[in-house]
Amino acid sequence: MEGLNYVGAGLACLAMLGAAIGVGNIFAAYLDGAMRNPSAAPQQFGNLIFGFAVTEALGIFGFAVALILIFAV
Amino acid sequence: MRIATDPMHQFQISKLFDLNIAGLDVSFTTSALWMVVGVLLVIGVLALATANMKTVPDRMQSLGEIWYGFIAGIVKDVNHAPGKPFIPLVFSLFSFIFVANIIGMFPYFFTTTSHIAVTGFMAVFTISLVVVVGLIKKGLGFFKIFVPSGVPVVLLFIVTPIEIISFLSRPISLGMRLFANMLGGHVALKVFAGFVPSLAVALGGLGMLMGGLLVMPLIVGVTALEFLVAFLQAYVFAMLTCVYLNDALGEAH
Repeated sequence: MEGLNYVGAGLACLAMLGAAIGVGNIFAAYLDGAMRNPSAAPQQFGNLIFGFAVTEALGIFGFAVALILIFAV
Repeated sequence: MRIATDPMHQFQISKLFDLNIAGLDVSFTTSALWMVVGVLLVIGVLALATANMKTVPDRMQSLGEIWYGFIAGIVKDVNHAPGKPFIPLVFSLFSFIFVANIIGMFPYFFTTTSHIAVTGFMAVFTISLVVVVGLIKKGLGFFKIFVPSGVPVVLLFIVTPIEIISFLSRPISLGMRLFANMLGGHVALKVFAGFVPSLAVALGGLGMLMGGLLVMPLIVGVTALEFLVAFLQAYVFAMLTCVYLNDALGEAH
């Protein structure tokens, strides 16, 4: 069973899939709203970045799992 | 060749001179050196910006004003009036992270923010500050953030543990985000750059030419993206600090 931790680390990269969908959705929704009402867009930039950062964190947890599987198991 | 293409080699910390105090290894390392350089850079630029202040600012003063105003704007937007005492803190965090990230973009310079010991400390410090400020300002009422108002009592048994876990994962995600973004970006740059010597070894001079022509534009693009990430991560760290501080400063919700 040697080396299975590398398989697990590879599987942890699937976290990128979820983060990609989430971050894509956030920017898509922002652009959608910004195109409809451009004057209200700048005030929502902070919220955009906040949502992006929180969503991205979950992808980064996948990265942390991969690191643990490679270096700490 | 091995070292030239090893993407993790750039993150190795080496000691510049040994220093032991009471059995603790506190040697001055490359990481410490670049942190000092970053801090001196921030202090130097701001000292120049505030050297001879005028009503109509010159270029250097404008730089300082825009820089400070940008952070003060974030704090005012998120925390409103109670956040005012925290502007210097958020400004220091932003400036340190931003300058450290930008220094890391130069070849052969060291990225201090690509080590979780550095980013993790800043994250734990930020969350500890939130807890301390919250306890001072609100007393035990601070713990109301774990019990959202307007939620039915039955649901609280589920919601409260989730709120506690989400609060406890904040320092992890705050530190991890900066660390992973800087590490990931620099590894990606190095891996792309490593295509050139790999192609040269495989195909000789033709490979070198192909690698240069195909990979170089790619690396330029990724480098530009990394500059954006360097700014964005500093901005995100500053903004999340404000958002988390809101738990300690804002009205109970």
